[in-house]
Amino acid sequence: MKTKEVLVKVDNLKKHFPIYEGVIRRQVGAVKAVDGVSFEIFKGETLGLVGESGCGKSTTGRTLLMLHPPTDGSIQFKGQEITDKTGQEMRSIRPDMQMIFQDPHACLNPRMTVGSIIDEPLREHTNDSYEERLKLVQSLLELVGLNSSHTNRYPHEFSGGQRQRIGIARAIALKPEFIMCDEPIAALDVSIQAQVVNLLEELQEELGLTYLFISHDLSMVRHIADRVAVMYLGKIVELAEKDALYGEPQHPYTQALLSAVPVPDPLKEIDRERVILKGDVPSPANPPSGCRFHTRCPIANDKECVTIDPEWREVRPGHFAACHLID
Amino acid sequence: MQSVLEVNNLRTRFRTQDGTVYAVNGVSFSIDEGEMLGVVGESGSGKSVTMMSLLKLIPMPPGEIASGQAIFEGNDLLDMKPDELRQLRGHHIGFIFQDPMTSLNPVLTVGHQIMEPLRTHLGMTKQEAAARAIELLELVGIPMADQRLKDYPHQFSGGMRQRVVIAIALGCNPKLLIADEPTTALDVTIQAQIIDLIKRLQKEFGMAIVWISHDLGVVAGLADRVAVMYGGLIVEKADVRELYSNPQHPYTRGLLGSLPRLDGTDDKLVNIKGQPPNLRQEPTSCPFAPRCDFAFDRCTAENPLLEQVNNKGGGMHEVACWWDIDAEKPRYDQKS
Ligand SMILES: Nc1ncnc2c1ncn2[C@@H]1O[C@H](COP(=O)(O)OP(=O)(O)OP(=O)(O)O)[C@@H](O)[C@H]1O
Ligand SMILES: Nc1ncnc2c1ncn2[C@@H]1O[C@H](COP(=O)(O)OP(=O)(O)OP(=O)(O)O)[C@@H](O)[C@H]1O
Ligand code: SF4
Ligand code: SF4
Ligand SMILES: [Mg+2]
Ligand SMILES: [Mg+2]
Repeated sequence: MKTKEVLVKVDNLKKHFPIYEGVIRRQVGAVKAVDGVSFEIFKGETLGLVGESGCGKSTTGRTLLMLHPPTDGSIQFKGQEITDKTGQEMRSIRPDMQMIFQDPHACLNPRMTVGSIIDEPLREHTNDSYEERLKLVQSLLELVGLNSSHTNRYPHEFSGGQRQRIGIARAIALKPEFIMCDEPIAALDVSIQAQVVNLLEELQEELGLTYLFISHDLSMVRHIADRVAVMYLGKIVELAEKDALYGEPQHPYTQALLSAVPVPDPLKEIDRERVILKGDVPSPANPPSGCRFHTRCPIANDKECVTIDPEWREVRPGHFAACHLID
Repeated sequence: MQSVLEVNNLRTRFRTQDGTVYAVNGVSFSIDEGEMLGVVGESGSGKSVTMMSLLKLIPMPPGEIASGQAIFEGNDLLDMKPDELRQLRGHHIGFIFQDPMTSLNPVLTVGHQIMEPLRTHLGMTKQEAAARAIELLELVGIPMADQRLKDYPHQFSGGMRQRVVIAIALGCNPKLLIADEPTTALDVTIQAQIIDLIKRLQKEFGMAIVWISHDLGVVAGLADRVAVMYGGLIVEKADVRELYSNPQHPYTRGLLGSLPRLDGTDDKLVNIKGQPPNLRQEPTSCPFAPRCDFAFDRCTAENPLLEQVNNKGGGMHEVACWWDIDAEKPRYDQKS
């Protein structure tokens, strides 16, 4: 059993994006992308964050890193509140909190060599000499499974999977404690996804990294995560150890989501019970009253489900969910 | 069972400014009436180009169909004139593209787009076509269908748009439906809705379906037979259960091994080392050889053809590989 030291603690975090309209750009509403989420990430673990497109996963991840200011709520990193830090104060914390994104192409400057891309954070945050940094860059390239002599090549000379490795090398250059991985494998071919996930796991073991792993691939999240949080329309609806979450999902949305995932085994597919949800995900600018899931929930009642936002509570030891009908 | 479509030795290439891309390199398959054929493979393996070549939907130039036959109801599609093909498409052959917006015209109402083929191909009057359009939209699960005929595509969500595309493709009751990754852009819960819908419609109309996907899970639950593509070739083809339980091609094995399991029974994911082929040359050896753990001298000298292998369950199972992965020896005697 790992000792559970909390590395990141998020409390009632909200991020609303204003909607403007008309010539004078009057604010007419807000997209409630993240609308009150609370969770902890333990040191050395991987917390998976899953949910459908637009539910607020990326916004949660980006707000957590203070890439944009939260609308409300608190974020603690290593016991320190970071929501009220100045830009200068954040600069000293940044090296410890890194990120890897979905599209390895978009976040690598095409005009910079691979060497200078990985060197950039070192240049900015350390006082190491050029020679020291070059040596480190070469060892980072090797660590992520690339040829250390490729420092003078440009991103377009690499495949998608290799570019993702470059992004990973850059993210670990400053020996961070925490990496937010936002769909790091979504753009990659199946056979290459396994390469990148295996690399992330090896690095975690070697460097003691903590990950927030955002993905819509529920099978992959079960593979890589220790605990998993499920989001729906700006809220986390369930969070538990992965075996509990996948084995005994408590929230009706998690149950439907898991049953919808196709599994690569025809014998299992034949008699799988699927919960087919009705309709589409409602707009986060105008979420339904009461429980946000009530418009699609197969067991919703017309009483508290429609009127009262269900409380986030521990429904089993270490297993959290927000639903009126779980006993 | 009678086959609806039979494709032989299809070869498609693109002559681009920086050289020729050999996208499809001798693909053969057939599909029976009422059958669902799954086509899987990684990005760039030639799935879309294969199917689009059949109806000459690839840009020509730079595209060029170098050889092949595609017999549909006794006629070779590849010999047909563009307007004959246009007649077929949208009538006897339905096509669903990955991105619903490529199939929908943003400036025409959804009603118009469903009714148009009904009027041109089936000779329906405006009233008949409108009534049928409402029926079709209801069939694909669009609520208040009668009020939505006047709406434009952008007024529908992604999942709803894909339903509209399905309604159009099914409008004239095609014998063959080609669906190119119809759910890849959708969320899993919406994907489950669409798969459920297609299954019901196939039962009802009995059309043959080619379902292209890179998701081995989706295909496992849908297809009767599965073809695995790699480097512009079909490298393995078998009945669905046989393929998943007894894969014979090293690439198919690797692909299945690289997938995490929803039930959490995987420990470490199997890597397929290296990168997909770049298709800049016509394959003269096995395209998988640079990544294959079983490669031996013959693999780099000759390109294996699809051949029937003996399988335990009986039925069809073809593989293009020189190595017998179970017996751990070459599959055929070396040519002398
Ligand atoms: N900068 C922004 N301005 C306005 N709205 C935004 C902004 N960023 C995100 N949103 C909206 O917030 C909601 C949540 O978006 P987010 O990108 O966090 O979702 P996600 O769960 O990461 O989805 P996906 O799986 O598609 O990446 C969406 O409705 C999105 O349109
Ligand atoms: N118009 C074109 N010009 C040049 N090359 C092309 C063109 N269209 C396709 N190709 C090439 O043909 C090959 C096969 O492409 P195809 O679209 O069939 O792949 P696919 O298996 O459908 O992949 P995906 O899963 O990404 O859709 C690729 O290498 C692609 O780059
Ligand atoms: S609170 Fe009601 S509507 Fe919400 S998930 Fe639970 S049962 Fe469904
Ligand atoms: S033919 Fe040879 S290289 Fe190709 S898959 Fe078979 S064993 Fe591997
Ligand atoms: Mg996102
Ligand atoms: Mg394609």
